[in-house]
Amino acid sequence: MLTLRSALKETRGLAAALLTGTALLAPVALSAQEDTSTITAVMHSGLRVLDPVITTAHITRDHGYMIYDVLTAVDADFAPQPQMASWEISEDGLTYTFTLRDGLMFHDGAPVTGADVVASLSRWGKRDSGGQLIFDVTASLESPDEKTIVWTLTEPFAPLLDVISKQSAVPPFIMPARVAATSSDETITEYVGSGPFVFNEAEYEPGVNVTYDKFDGYVPRDEPASWMAGGKVVTVDKVVWTTMPDALTAINALSAGEIDYLEQVQIDLLPILQSNPDVTVEKRDELGYVTIGRPNFLHPPFDNKLIRQAAMAALDQESMLATMQGDPAYYNVCGAIFGCSTPLGDESGSELVTGGANIEKAKALLEEAGYDGTPIVLMAPTDVTSLINQPVVAAQALREAGFEVDMQSMDWQSVVQRRAQQSPVSEGGWNMFFTNWMVPEVSDPLINVMVNGRGDDAWFGWPTDPEIEELRADFVAAKDAATQKEVAVKIQEHVMDNVNYIMMGEYLIPQARRNTLQNMIPSPVPVFWNVTKAAE
Amino acid sequence: MFLYILKRVLATIPVMVIVAIFVFLLLRLTPGDPAAILAGDAATPAQLERIRDRLGLNDPLLTQFFTWMGQLLRGDLGVSLLSNTSVAGMLADRLGPTINIALMTIVISVAMAVPMGVIAAWRHRTWVDFLVMSFSVLGFSVPVFVIGYILIQIFAIDLRWVPVQGYKSPAEGFGAFFSRAILPSLTLATIYIALIARMTRASMLEVLGEDYIRTARAKGVRENVVLFRHALRNAAVPILTIIGTGFALLISGVVVTESVFNIPGIGRLTVDAILARDYPVIQAMILLTAGIYVFVNLLVDVSYSFFDPRIRY
Repeated sequence: MLTLRSALKETRGLAAALLTGTALLAPVALSAQEDTSTITAVMHSGLRVLDPVITTAHITRDHGYMIYDVLTAVDADFAPQPQMASWEISEDGLTYTFTLRDGLMFHDGAPVTGADVVASLSRWGKRDSGGQLIFDVTASLESPDEKTIVWTLTEPFAPLLDVISKQSAVPPFIMPARVAATSSDETITEYVGSGPFVFNEAEYEPGVNVTYDKFDGYVPRDEPASWMAGGKVVTVDKVVWTTMPDALTAINALSAGEIDYLEQVQIDLLPILQSNPDVTVEKRDELGYVTIGRPNFLHPPFDNKLIRQAAMAALDQESMLATMQGDPAYYNVCGAIFGCSTPLGDESGSELVTGGANIEKAKALLEEAGYDGTPIVLMAPTDVTSLINQPVVAAQALREAGFEVDMQSMDWQSVVQRRAQQSPVSEGGWNMFFTNWMVPEVSDPLINVMVNGRGDDAWFGWPTDPEIEELRADFVAAKDAATQKEVAVKIQEHVMDNVNYIMMGEYLIPQARRNTLQNMIPSPVPVFWNVTKAAE
Repeated sequence: MFLYILKRVLATIPVMVIVAIFVFLLLRLTPGDPAAILAGDAATPAQLERIRDRLGLNDPLLTQFFTWMGQLLRGDLGVSLLSNTSVAGMLADRLGPTINIALMTIVISVAMAVPMGVIAAWRHRTWVDFLVMSFSVLGFSVPVFVIGYILIQIFAIDLRWVPVQGYKSPAEGFGAFFSRAILPSLTLATIYIALIARMTRASMLEVLGEDYIRTARAKGVRENVVLFRHALRNAAVPILTIIGTGFALLISGVVVTESVFNIPGIGRLTVDAILARDYPVIQAMILLTAGIYVFVNLLVDVSYSFFDPRIRY
């Protein structure tokens, strides 16, 4: 007769194996903390595109800063500083002469030359909007000798150094000339830089893991590191970026010491980490992000300025940010289109959007505009956490003001495809969508694509706005910071009046690290130089 | 038997061609633009158009289809539109974790579920049967990520016996592999134990009422022999079908479990590729999945004759 006991015999072998295996696990469950020469970081997304010039994806930009170096770089005061090269500007402002510093070497051992810089800048200039503006006024860009690059302009372009020193979205990373010879519409296939880390191609798994080895041939500058400028001193042998699609898993892994750094922590999961004495939660990027709503200027009803103003009056930054973030420590009501903490930031004319929803004003504007009830197609992405709430809050506010709102849910890829459609709403077009930017990506009129007013050549929404184009030209011609600021304030006031886009405020994303990770540089771009790792 | 297998293998060719046509058309009809993902948020329409040209996305559909079919016939799955890496290489990297976790899950599930089902049938309408069925209902009802989190909390965070997440291949050491694979396998096994135990119980209950079982018992055959040699073997066909389907499901991707345990498997690759509209990767994944289903079904069908000699091909 079979008993329960004898039946269990069938599984005893496996159970024994499982138990034995489990008992052996303790020594196997190595934590990242035991290896002080490797930093394991969970970044905000997986690295899939390796060309930092063809894409504006932040993770690819971060990858770029690991393996490439830049000619000049912006410091924590937004001031351009020499990085690979120092510069001289001719008195007429038409000639910039860059001189490469000593000791610059690519990871394949070849020295960095002026020809590499010329090729890299030329490729970048075809992709980056700021770069395109500089190349519009470029007479020549050449390298008379191995250490010198001469950039000659047809007319002064005062913000040239600011543009080539910007940290986001597409900085001009310097590559070997043979790599930079790749068309700007094709991705590069060789990943050789002269930056502080070497890309470990053998260990690369797209979207999963990427490993960077310390480049022993890198010669850091002597100045202390500040944002992307200064000495990039690497103190570890290896940095591994790993992707964790599940936020709670990443938090558990950090708590257990399996990873050292978590670039983005979901606000609702913060309490788990805050109660862990081995982990520090911090805001290393005090500039943060902006969230914005973009109307489509081509079709009714947002081809009417009064109706755009009505939409802006109906929306309330505080309620939108609170819905997105929850904790007021991680958002700022801010009406400055160039960011509230940047040199060009100014909140002039933003009372309508920062002062809370003004439904009466919105209704009055709609009446004045003769709004006929044309429904607004509001695209609502459902698969990007940081973009889910904005359309929902906006739809409610707009309906309260009297708008007919047709909120259409779709995945972000569908938004991306549909927002490029200029056709009327009845033929697959749209009226409004929301998106987010890092503050450095909107911090001046040349970088901020939403203040481009060149109609069909402008960013999605396609405003034809000669006035703002004139102001942008004034910004380029401005000879000093004070004049630039004056022009920036005029652009701010114009955008608030014309509603080129609706600034919905700033938000911050906390980071978390094991306490063993010290001396991380506060920066909008997470960088792994200067950081040290101690034993647990 | 050989002829049967040959026929079945040949029959997969039209199936795969139909799947290829279907997936190709479906992807092209789905909204989305890989060029926009590649170029990022600030790309101008003109830049996107040039990238689409380079990627061949502006070619006529028929041209794109025949280019892809030509590649397939040469055994070339193409290159990822995003990472510019070989799709075959990506699949090879991701198949290992998925197959290993699936195998471990199936081993655990079968080892646990079959005896549970047999015992539940044998002790029909007793507390043992009730216990097994309760576990079965629980296994079906609790979402897989909840089971995953509970196991992580107990074994990885509180007891610290195993890591929270990650994957190491068996080539890097059995201990490293086992410590990382055991929790996801147990998590997945919960559902399959429930499924297989129920099927085993139902199938056994049917067989245990047969005359030949009564005869075997009357002849004084020991009860464990009656149960495992006579009854279980005759009840095996539906159980094998469930195990086969379960294995194919596991191979074709278990996204949630792979996400919760950070396993770089096929499921995550598929979801990432779909979200990025990485056409070559999605097409290869769906073809692979279809191929796995066909292959596993063939294996299951062939194995019937091993357990049940009455079935002949």
